[in-house]
Amino acid sequence: MGIVEAILLSVITAATPLVLAALGELVTERSGVLNLGVEGMMVMGAVCAFAATQITGSPYLGILAGIVCGAVFSQLFAFLTLTLVANQVATGLALTLLGLGVSGMLGEGFLGMQGIKLQPIAIPLLSDIPVIGPLLFRQDIIFYLSIALVAGVHWFLFKSRAGLKLRAVGDSHASAHALGVNVIRTRYLAVMFGGACAGLAGAQLSLVYTPQWVENMSAGRGWIALALVVFSSWRPWRLVAGGYLFGAVSISQLHAQAFGLGIPSQLLSSLPYLATIIVLILISHNRRTTLINTPASLGKPFVPDR
Amino acid sequence: MRIELEKRAKISTLFSILSPFIAFLLMIVFGGIMFALLGKNPVTALYSFFVEPLSEVWSLHELAIKAAPLILIAVGLSVCFRSNNWNIGAEGQFIMGAIAGSILPVVFYDWQSPLVLPLMMLMGMLGGALFAAIPAFLKAHMNTNEILTSLMLVYVAQLFLDWLVRGPWRNPGGMNFPETRTFAANAILPEMIASGRTHWGFAFAIIAAILVWFMMRYTLKGFEISVLGQSERAGRFAGFSSRRMIWFSMLLSGALAGLAGISEVSGAIQQLRPVISPGYGFTAIIVAFLGRLNPLGIIAAGLVLALTYLGGEAAQLSLGVSDKVTRVFQGLLLFFVLSCDTLIHYRIRLVWYRFTASDLDGSR
Repeated sequence: MGIVEAILLSVITAATPLVLAALGELVTERSGVLNLGVEGMMVMGAVCAFAATQITGSPYLGILAGIVCGAVFSQLFAFLTLTLVANQVATGLALTLLGLGVSGMLGEGFLGMQGIKLQPIAIPLLSDIPVIGPLLFRQDIIFYLSIALVAGVHWFLFKSRAGLKLRAVGDSHASAHALGVNVIRTRYLAVMFGGACAGLAGAQLSLVYTPQWVENMSAGRGWIALALVVFSSWRPWRLVAGGYLFGAVSISQLHAQAFGLGIPSQLLSSLPYLATIIVLILISHNRRTTLINTPASLGKPFVPDR
Repeated sequence: MRIELEKRAKISTLFSILSPFIAFLLMIVFGGIMFALLGKNPVTALYSFFVEPLSEVWSLHELAIKAAPLILIAVGLSVCFRSNNWNIGAEGQFIMGAIAGSILPVVFYDWQSPLVLPLMMLMGMLGGALFAAIPAFLKAHMNTNEILTSLMLVYVAQLFLDWLVRGPWRNPGGMNFPETRTFAANAILPEMIASGRTHWGFAFAIIAAILVWFMMRYTLKGFEISVLGQSERAGRFAGFSSRRMIWFSMLLSGALAGLAGISEVSGAIQQLRPVISPGYGFTAIIVAFLGRLNPLGIIAAGLVLALTYLGGEAAQLSLGVSDKVTRVFQGLLLFFVLSCDTLIHYRIRLVWYRFTASDLDGSR
């Protein structure tokens, strides 16, 4: 395997958690809920996946644990913002702070342990294609899942009846409610999907990206995922492009550090964060297109009148 | 069973006073359950977490030292949050304030003058404000979400500080440790009272809280902040500019966070290190909400959150519980505060599910 392939492979590994977490948040935001707790759900997924893998010895059970953990954790946010109509921004922050705290405590016993890396699965025939084969068809299951989920979410949102309802809830909850759509239930499910995806993304971090548990190992990826949703204008396939772009930025800074070009490593490490800011500026400086793309009820509380 | 909310005709004064206390009580109850799950006696654990740190003079001083930055930052954040500007990058502004304020004691180490300290404080405020000006500019003129930009800048500030103390600002005689020289005596914020370490940063915090409280309550600016926060449209009709409010609130909170940063460095740490804050900028968000975005409430809330830091340290020593417990307590507290705030605006009813005719015709 050449150096180019190795770099591309690492870009894919770096991009997958971003795509997954952002995809979940995309669905959540399409239903009109802004959940800033992605970072917290992600890091909870990471610690649960790692712990379950260590205890059971099976990374697949670890993945399952990560997904379940993210989904359950997200319901805390859902209960506060949907049932108790608490402020979504503040509650999302609370979820992140709590997630970082709880994961630090749960993970304390697992610090420094050698992790079990999720093994790739080669798809027969396809994996033998030169260049593309090893890149795309000799990957772990989380990568395959991420692509399948993007396709699935795209189909769900734009081709299915339930997806249409979900978008209606996100664009005008009052109208959707009047038409008989259960706004609150739809949003609960959307938040849960977002949590499950963030949990899966976390599992990727602690089982594939760096197979071990490190405190705060999500390192701001949850926030970058939030920015990616804006970048994608709430469209699943654009999200993949954005995710891979960011994956490339974060990998290129690692390689630049390895070459030691005389640039301070801290400057290189801050590149993904600076890139996020620049991308956000480019995407949102045009007020009108932002307004058109953003789900109209995003972040607005809904109390059904009875 | 189902939970239904019923809008109150007007805001409940009772619950707007009670809700922080209910939240604190709930945190204690859940904390006790958590300690029990960890195999500790909940009563003794809670005692050593929340009471023991208050029983000695030196630990009361530690409490004031930890509360000072929390109160300073949270007071600024309360103005931001009230005007609907979500600055969550106070941690970064804290760090940049500390760096800007440290230029004098680090680079001009030999300059002896009574002007040094006041200038340090001013430069700290300036540093924090300038760093907050970035998300402010981006929100006001480029329509960019301030939540994400201010948060991204936290990482940038942390890495910048890391570079400084490992690179150009490293102590030349410090055996390669990543830290600056210890500040000269004239660059150290003096202690306030003879009995312990509490430095003037605590006084700054109290003064800032009172000034902002006065502004919010008695001045037109305060009214403008609330109006624009509750309805931007109504504010525009009154001739208030939401763009100017973005600048005002962000610069104010940035300056206060910067002052907190330089006070902490000059008063408590007395040098720059790679890590100078145990997440004060984020914990201050909890302080702001626990204080119900009221500067006087924030003083009390700051002391409570400072107590969780001390309690975590104490619990680690006396019980062998991880000090990560602190962050769990802080996160829980914010959750409970936010859920209790619902009681202020709504009456909560538990509806036990009954099968009625309306379920059949699908009208509900």
